[in-house]
Amino acid sequence: MTIILNGEKKDVPDGITVFSLLEHLNIQHQRVAVERNEEIVKKSAYAETALKEGDALEVVSFMGGGDLSADCGMRIAE
Amino acid sequence: MGNDNLVIAGIEFRSRLWVGTGKYKDFDETRRAIEASGTDVVTVSVRRVNIIDRSRENLLDYIDPKKYKILPNTAGCYTARDAIRTAMLAAEAGISKLVKLEVIGDEKTLFPDNEATLEAAKVLLKEGLIVLPYMSDDPIMAKKLVDIGCPAVMPLAAPIGSGLGIRNPYNIRIIMETVKVPVIVDAGVGTASDVAIAMELGCDAVLLNTAISAAKDPIKMAEAMKFGVIAGRLAYKAGRMPKKLYATASSPIEGMIGN
Repeated sequence: MTIILNGEKKDVPDGITVFSLLEHLNIQHQRVAVERNEEIVKKSAYAETALKEGDALEVVSFMGGGDLSADCGMRIAE
Repeated sequence: MGNDNLVIAGIEFRSRLWVGTGKYKDFDETRRAIEASGTDVVTVSVRRVNIIDRSRENLLDYIDPKKYKILPNTAGCYTARDAIRTAMLAAEAGISKLVKLEVIGDEKTLFPDNEATLEAAKVLLKEGLIVLPYMSDDPIMAKKLVDIGCPAVMPLAAPIGSGLGIRNPYNIRIIMETVKVPVIVDAGVGTASDVAIAMELGCDAVLLNTAISAAKDPIKMAEAMKFGVIAGRLAYKAGRMPKKLYATASSPIEGMIGN
């Protein structure tokens, strides 16, 4: 099935959970936050949250930034 | 001086200089500048994880969250909605309930959208976050933000990244007299004397980024900022002499030869 991961289409196994997806992408759980269709997925719910075709997933982490000027980098997509 | 630590919403801050982590050459320079600044608060932005290239290093490998208080910000957000989503993600990723709320109104000036900031702050405070709002140097806005529950306010000194210093010290003074919460000058300072001026005015802390990262030698400038804050804070607590138009001799007249 296809999901939208950080604004890009991505093919993933049917019914993959958030937990397995992060494992698959080699992303450490403790430093990220996940939003699915604009709803936050709590860390405690990663293992039981199975994704569906067309789900929009945002996986974010902390990056350098402060009184950030021109180069605002990536924004959360609409 | 005893314990002069700043306390906001029950959180104690050892340093009155808060620094950003953007626009450094690399993470190592970021780490060294932060160390030299003597800060215990660093602000970070919330961005999409790079899915394609997982080999890229993570900022938090260089900045130990056990050593520094991590203050996530909503930099780059132009709507209340984006700022709310970003702040909620930061809280979930996180480390703490602290968030520096920024809703930018315009790409050219990067001035805050105060109306949208107020709207986002209301929602985030209800969600239990500790909201530190970036705002114009406007005393009325400060009062509105404090009235809804913000435990501190962060008026700008000048436009983000401009390095112009405090353009309206009188407004900053009025903000301090208007609200009873800590006032943290955020954005626009250029060099150590700007920081000292902010602290001499009685501000509780200063947050800066570009003034260090865009200096020719960021590590030296970070150290200069540390002393700027200390000097300004001490001068504020000492209470400066009044300004006078005419000279006043500091040596006694009595006992001078020829009298």
